[in-house]
Amino acid sequence: MKRARTAAWIKGVVAIVVSAVVFLVPFVFVVLQASKNPADASNLTFSLPTQWQFFKNLGDVLATNNGIIWRAFVNSAVLTVCSVAIMVVLAAMVGYVLSRKVTRLNPVINFFVLAGLIVPPAVVPTIWLLQGVGLFKTMPGMILIEATFGLSFCILLFRAFVGTIPRELDEAAVLDGAGAIRLFFGVVLPLLRPVIVTVIVVQSVAVFNDFAGPLYFLPGDENATVQQTLYEFQGQNLSFYNLLFMDILLITIPPLVAYIFFNRQIVAGLTSGAVKG
Amino acid sequence: MATTNLAPTALSAGVSTGSKAPRPGTKMKSFYPSWFFIPAVALYVIFFAVPTFASFYFSLTRWDLFESTFIGIGNFVEFFQDPQLLNGFIHTFEYGFATSAAKVILGFFLAVILTSPVVARGYIRAVIFFPVLISTIGVGIMFKSLLDPFHGIVNGVLGVFHLPQPGWFTDPNLALASIAAVDVWKGVGIATLIFMAGIVAIPSEYFEAAKMDGASSWKIIRTITIPLTRPATATVIILSLIGGLRSFDLIWATTGGGPGFTSDVIASVIYKEYQAGFFGLSTAGNVILFIVVTAIMVPLSSFLNRKAVEL
Repeated sequence: MKRARTAAWIKGVVAIVVSAVVFLVPFVFVVLQASKNPADASNLTFSLPTQWQFFKNLGDVLATNNGIIWRAFVNSAVLTVCSVAIMVVLAAMVGYVLSRKVTRLNPVINFFVLAGLIVPPAVVPTIWLLQGVGLFKTMPGMILIEATFGLSFCILLFRAFVGTIPRELDEAAVLDGAGAIRLFFGVVLPLLRPVIVTVIVVQSVAVFNDFAGPLYFLPGDENATVQQTLYEFQGQNLSFYNLLFMDILLITIPPLVAYIFFNRQIVAGLTSGAVKG
Repeated sequence: MATTNLAPTALSAGVSTGSKAPRPGTKMKSFYPSWFFIPAVALYVIFFAVPTFASFYFSLTRWDLFESTFIGIGNFVEFFQDPQLLNGFIHTFEYGFATSAAKVILGFFLAVILTSPVVARGYIRAVIFFPVLISTIGVGIMFKSLLDPFHGIVNGVLGVFHLPQPGWFTDPNLALASIAAVDVWKGVGIATLIFMAGIVAIPSEYFEAAKMDGASSWKIIRTITIPLTRPATATVIILSLIGGLRSFDLIWATTGGGPGFTSDVIASVIYKEYQAGFFGLSTAGNVILFIVVTAIMVPLSSFLNRKAVEL
């Protein structure tokens, strides 16, 4: 017994060290880079800064380019909040009816939901369409695009979860005089809270981190999202690696906060489907 | 883990949903209005289906967004005749399959370790998973510095041991493999979590019985864990392949498809042709990517899910 425990300890220590080296060292590097002066940082070496100027760099990043990063954070926040809100409501409505009512339409809809998950969006035709309806390079257009691309994943989660809510509840609500809309928005939707939280967190992180979407459909400095600012720092200020890494650090904070508070929901959302086919 | 209650597999749920529940009384049907579909369907049709169908036409044209001239299959001919574009086509498969295979194997063994009694399990799980949540572009920039041929820490450590110090992203033979490795670093956390959820769901009696009978831990893994985590394996393969075949962000942030065109994939070719103003050619790339992804995913997911049902 004692030997087994020692073995477990050794295994554990090895696992801790390896995971720290492989996964934490890169993040330590980001913090170190973000604290250096420009000359130090452009060396790209893994070393302590000769002079610590973390807060100076922070101030510089926030002031760069007339504070583009502030604008970018606002843009990203608006994009994330709006698109995820649309996604959640629309996908919940579809998942709910899809799970409750079995009709000949269901296989067709299921097919298109899966297609939405698998098929890569056609880039230039989407730009062409956005231009046609006057939404290219606009925030509303980008919001609708993100909402559309996220629908399939959300519908799958909602459909699975609605199946676990007893139908007797619906019948009771109907007997009490609820109509279709009251039944869904007043009775079922509140019961979906766990899966709604999961969907919100997972999709918020996805939209917040999306790079290719805004790159194609929302070009322009005034529309930049946080991911685009990275690109800007990398493209123009090659001699300011310290600011680039400070920017990385800044845009990592929102997902980090989400992870700390919603760890369990994120895991639930990403691993649904692991257990039974 | 409280993960098991969101049951069905993303990609197999379509087969099984709803059939088990008792048929609702016909009078309830009117309380599940079909118009609930309309807003979502409208978004889907306008912003996803229309562009997808339009792409089939525009891929056959020379196009500047305002006027399109029909040129038949010229774009596709160009795609497969230009060695650089053809390279991108081949790299897409290499990248997709390599990252997917690595994530399945690594994820599985990490999950086996993390579901056994190890010290600091929670910490290790958190550390492995965190890269999943951070910006892909940020990860790309970070690794570009860490893998810098002259100053990066990785080559620094290799130098200490007198090992070769390759130019990870600058050597044409290594660039794509290096990006794939970073991709695995970033994505293995999801695979691990999915496998962990699958392993935790196996009734512990199976393991106990096998241990009673004196099975070695390797035999337990082979005869119990691997077969019974098949749904998890299917999910990991499908998710990582969908992601890998469409991969763009990480490649763009690290090498931009270079040096030369040695780490281009279809998705980066689409972007380059778009930037260069060859919209028809870019859209042809999209159609090719569409065909590649569906040609692989549809048979594969039905195969994997059938196997899962048979068990």
